[in-house]
Amino acid sequence: MPDAPKIEFSRRGFLKGAGITAATTVIESANALARDAKDALHSERILGPEALPIKLKVNGHEHAVTVEPRYTLAQTLRDNIGLTGTKVVCDRGSCSACTVWIDKTPTLACMTLAVDAVGREITTIEGLAHGETLHPVQAAFVKHDAMQCGFCTPGMVMSCAALLERNPNPTLADVKHAVSGNLCRCGAYPKIFAATLDAAHQRQAARLVTLTSEMEA
Amino acid sequence: MAPETLQEETKNAAAKPDDSKRTESFVWGIPQNGLERKEREVPADEPPPLPPNAELTYIGKPTLRYDGPAKVSGKGRYTADVNLPGMLYARMVSATIPHGRITSIDTGEAEKLPGVRAVHVIEHVYGVAELRDPKQELPSRYPVVRYAGQPIAGVAAVSQQIADDAAKLVKVQYEPMPFVVDRSDARADDAPVVFPGPADAAGSAGGGGGPKDVPQKGNVHGPQRKKAGDIETGFAKADLIVEGEYFTQVQTHSALETHGFVVDWKPDEVTVYASTQGTSSVRNEFADVFKLPKSQVRVITEYMGGGFGAKFGAGNEGVVAANLSRKAKAPVKLMLDRKQEHIACNRPDSHQKLKIGATKDGTLTAIQLTSYGTAGVGTGAGTAGPAVNLYKCPNLLTEEYDVFINAGPGAAFRAPGHPQGCFAFEQAIDELAVKLNMDPLAFRDKIDENPARKVERQIIRERTNWRNRQPAGSDSGPIKRGMGIAQSVWYRFVNMNSSCEVRVSRDGSVELMSAVQDLGTGTKTILAQVVAEEFGIPPSSIVIRIGDTRFPIGPDSGGSVTAGSITPAVRNAAYQAKQKLFAAVAPKLNTTADNLAIRGGRVVLKNDVATSYTLKQVAAKLPTDEISARATRVAEYSKDRLTYGGVDYVELRVDTETGRIHVDKVFAAHDCGRPINPLGVISQINGGVLQGISYALFEQRIMDRNAGYMLNTNLENYKILGAREVPEIEVELIENYIAQSSTDAAGVGESAGIITLAAAIGNAFYNATGVRMRKIPMTPANVLTALGKVPEVQA
Repeated sequence: MPDAPKIEFSRRGFLKGAGITAATTVIESANALARDAKDALHSERILGPEALPIKLKVNGHEHAVTVEPRYTLAQTLRDNIGLTGTKVVCDRGSCSACTVWIDKTPTLACMTLAVDAVGREITTIEGLAHGETLHPVQAAFVKHDAMQCGFCTPGMVMSCAALLERNPNPTLADVKHAVSGNLCRCGAYPKIFAATLDAAHQRQAARLVTLTSEMEA
Repeated sequence: MAPETLQEETKNAAAKPDDSKRTESFVWGIPQNGLERKEREVPADEPPPLPPNAELTYIGKPTLRYDGPAKVSGKGRYTADVNLPGMLYARMVSATIPHGRITSIDTGEAEKLPGVRAVHVIEHVYGVAELRDPKQELPSRYPVVRYAGQPIAGVAAVSQQIADDAAKLVKVQYEPMPFVVDRSDARADDAPVVFPGPADAAGSAGGGGGPKDVPQKGNVHGPQRKKAGDIETGFAKADLIVEGEYFTQVQTHSALETHGFVVDWKPDEVTVYASTQGTSSVRNEFADVFKLPKSQVRVITEYMGGGFGAKFGAGNEGVVAANLSRKAKAPVKLMLDRKQEHIACNRPDSHQKLKIGATKDGTLTAIQLTSYGTAGVGTGAGTAGPAVNLYKCPNLLTEEYDVFINAGPGAAFRAPGHPQGCFAFEQAIDELAVKLNMDPLAFRDKIDENPARKVERQIIRERTNWRNRQPAGSDSGPIKRGMGIAQSVWYRFVNMNSSCEVRVSRDGSVELMSAVQDLGTGTKTILAQVVAEEFGIPPSSIVIRIGDTRFPIGPDSGGSVTAGSITPAVRNAAYQAKQKLFAAVAPKLNTTADNLAIRGGRVVLKNDVATSYTLKQVAAKLPTDEISARATRVAEYSKDRLTYGGVDYVELRVDTETGRIHVDKVFAAHDCGRPINPLGVISQINGGVLQGISYALFEQRIMDRNAGYMLNTNLENYKILGAREVPEIEVELIENYIAQSSTDAAGVGESAGIITLAAAIGNAFYNATGVRMRKIPMTPANVLTALGKVPEVQA
C-alpha cells in the first residue's frame, strides 16, 4: 500500500474496542479478553501493521506462524495452520460457528486476534477426540444424527462439550442456553439437544460405574 | 430444473418403446390402509421388486450418517476448506449504488498492492433477467448496475486480507439512475424502470425463473395464467365466499457456507471445487461460459455447507474465480462474504389476493388467485402451486405477476413459491372451514383426494391435542393458546441424468461412485444402504465416493429429486454387479449363477441352503481383480402424476400484550415414497419445520427505500430462529409405496415443513385470538398491528 497513510496500530486501543464487542456476545470470551486487556495496559508495545512471527499452542502442539496483528485467530487457524475444522460463517461474532476453547473457555475465534492467543492453550474441534476415540459429545452427535450439512457442527460440539465441562448434569434449558449463540440453518437443534443430554447421561453413568467398581475393590 | 422441464423429460423417457419388458407385481399403497399389489411392466433387466421396508435388512432402517464421524471431528473438507499449494485468495467487488451506468473502473491501485496477483472485471452478470431486445438499452462497456451489491470485479492475492484490501482499492465511477426497491412502489405507472423493456430470467437447475413470452408493462412482468372451467360460474354456485389479501416477505437462503469456488485453471483441465447442489450444473455452465469441452472440466464437491436452492451452476463468483485463476496461473479460492451471500439470491416476496367459493356441504366451486411478487432483478415469484395442486376444484383462475425492483435476484428456495402460496391458501381454506362450521381436518377430508394426507390427518387427530381444541379466541387472559394445521403438496420429479458405478474387488470390498453430491441431506448414507441391501453387508462397510464429475453423472439436487432419481440407478448397478460376481464365481463353486443368492448376509446356494459363504469368500474366487457395473436411471414404471405432502400441526401461545408468538409444539406427519433412512428423513423434516417457523416469525430482508440498499446483510439483524425458539417437534413418517422404480424412494426436502409452517402458525394464531394474520413475518410489531393495538409501521 505505497500511498496509504501509515496506521499506528495500538494493541491497547484495539483491545478496549474488542472487549466491548465480545462482552455483548459471549461473556466467557469477554472475560478472557478483559484479562488480556489488563495485561496490555501495563505494556506500551505497539505491534504491526507488519506481519510478525508468533507461536500458537493448538491442541497441544506449538505452531510458528507469521501473521499481521489484524489476523483473527479463526483466519490464522484455517489459512496459516491448516486447521479448517473451525468454520467462519458470519465473521462478526453472531453465529458461534468459529467457537474454539482458549484455556478451556469457549471463545469466538473470529473475534479474537491471533496475537492475543499467544501463550494460551487453544483447543479446536480437531483436538477434542482422543486419537480415534471420539469425545462423548462427538459420539452422541453421530448417534443422534445431530447435524445435516455439518457446517455449524464443529462450533456446536465445542459449545456443548464446554457445557458438560462446567455442568455435568445439564437440563434441556441449560443446553438451549449453551448453544443460544450457535446458529444452525439446517435445523438440527432438536437432535443437538438430545445428543448433549445423552452425552451427559452417558458420562454420569460411566462415572457411577467407576465409583461402584472403586467401592467394590 | 424447472418442474415442467423435468416432468417433460420423464414423460419422454417413459414414452420410449422398449420391447424387452416383463410384468412384475409390486407392493403398493400405505401400510395404515393395508398394502396392496400393483402389476407393472418393467424392463427385462430390472432387479426384482423390493418387498416393504419391514421385510428388508438395511433399507428403511434408521442408519447412522455415513460421514457423521468426519463432520463432528472437523475433518469434512468443504469448498471453503480447500487449501491447494500456491493457492490465492480472492474477493468480489460489488456495486455500491442500486441503479446506474458504470463510467469507469480503475483497477490500477489494486493491482499495485503488494501481494495482488490478478484482477478481473466482469463482462456479463449471470443469474439475472436480461432484456429480450438488448438494443433497448444504450451500449455500455460494463454491465448496467441494477442492484446494490451487483458483482463488478474480483481480485486475487496471496492472502485473504490482502485480497480484501485490494477489493477496496478498485475505483468505480457511476452515472446513477433513478431506482425503486419496494414492490408496491415499483408497480406505479411513474416508477423508475429497472429494465427499459421486457426482460426474462432463466431458472437454475434447481428451479426458479419465471415465465417467458408474457406481457410486461413498466416493472410488471406477466401474468402467467392457469385456468380451468369458469370462475364466474363457480362463484355464482357458491353459498359461501372467502376473500383476503396476504403479504409475505423476502427471505434469504443464509446457508452457513457462503457460495464459493476454488478454481485451478490448467491448460489441459480446469478443476473446480464448488459449494454446489449440482456438480453437473457447474460443469455444464463452466463448459458453456468458457467454451471448453466438458471433458476438460472437473467439478468436485466433497462436503457442502447448505444450499436450500441457492447454489447451482457457475454463478458470477465461479466465473470470476476461473478468470482470476487463468490470469494468475494459480488456483484461486473465492468465497462470497456474508453480506454478498444475503444479496446473491432470495425467496421472492408476495402480495396475494385470494378468493375461494364453496357450497354449504363443503364442496369447492371456484378458486381465484392474483399474485404480485418481486424477485428483484429476476423473475419467478409465482405462488399458485398450492392453489392449483392441493385440492380439486372445477373452476380456477390464477394470475401471477413478477415485479422488478432494484434488488438482488430471486432464486429457487426450498419449494419455490409454495410457502408463500400455502400461507394464503391454507389460511383461506381454514377460514372457509370456520364459515362452514366444520372442523378444519374434517373439511380437508372432504376436499382432499390424496390418500397419504388422509392417513396423516388421522394420525394428527389421534396423536395430538387436537380434540381439546377450543373455539377461536376462547382464552380470556392476555396469553392466548391456539392450535392449527396446514397441508403441503410437492411433486415427483425425476432427473434422468442419474448414473453410478458399483465396483467389487477380489478382497470383497465394495465401492459406489457417482457425481451426485450430498448437501447434508444424507445422500451418501442412503446410497450405502441401497448397495448394502443387495450385497447383504452393513452400509458402513460400503465405500461411497460421490461429488466428483470424474464419476458417472449425477442429478442436480433441486426440487427434491435426488433420492428418487439416483437410488434406482444405484440399486440396479449393485444388482448387476452382484449378478456379474455370481456369474464369474459360479463355476468355482460348482454351481450356476442363478443358483446363487444373498440371504441373511451370506451367499447361499438356493438348492442347498446349508452351504453358504461370506461375500469375501465368494469375491476371492473372482478370476479378475475386480468386476463392476454401471447403471443409469430407468424411466418411471408408469406415467401416473404423483405428489407428496404432509400435514403439520402447531400448538402455540400468543402474548397479546407484547405481540410475541411462542410455538410450543409441532407434529409433522409426512410421506415421501419408500423412506430409505428414517433417521435422515426426520432430520430433514425437523429442519423444514424450523426453517418454516423462522420464515413465519423472524426472517425478513429490509431495504432502505431512500438509499436502495439491503440494510440487514448479516446474521444478527437478519434474524434466524435459534436454539431458544425451538419447539418440541414430533415427526411421523408414513410409507407410501408407489411402484415407480426399483427403490420407490422419493425426496422430502421441499415438502418437509417449510411449505406449511407459516400457514399452520397463521391458523393457530386465529384459533388463539380470533384474528387472522395476513402478513409475515409475524413480528411483535406486525402482531400488535393485527390485534389493533398499534398502527402499522412500514419496514
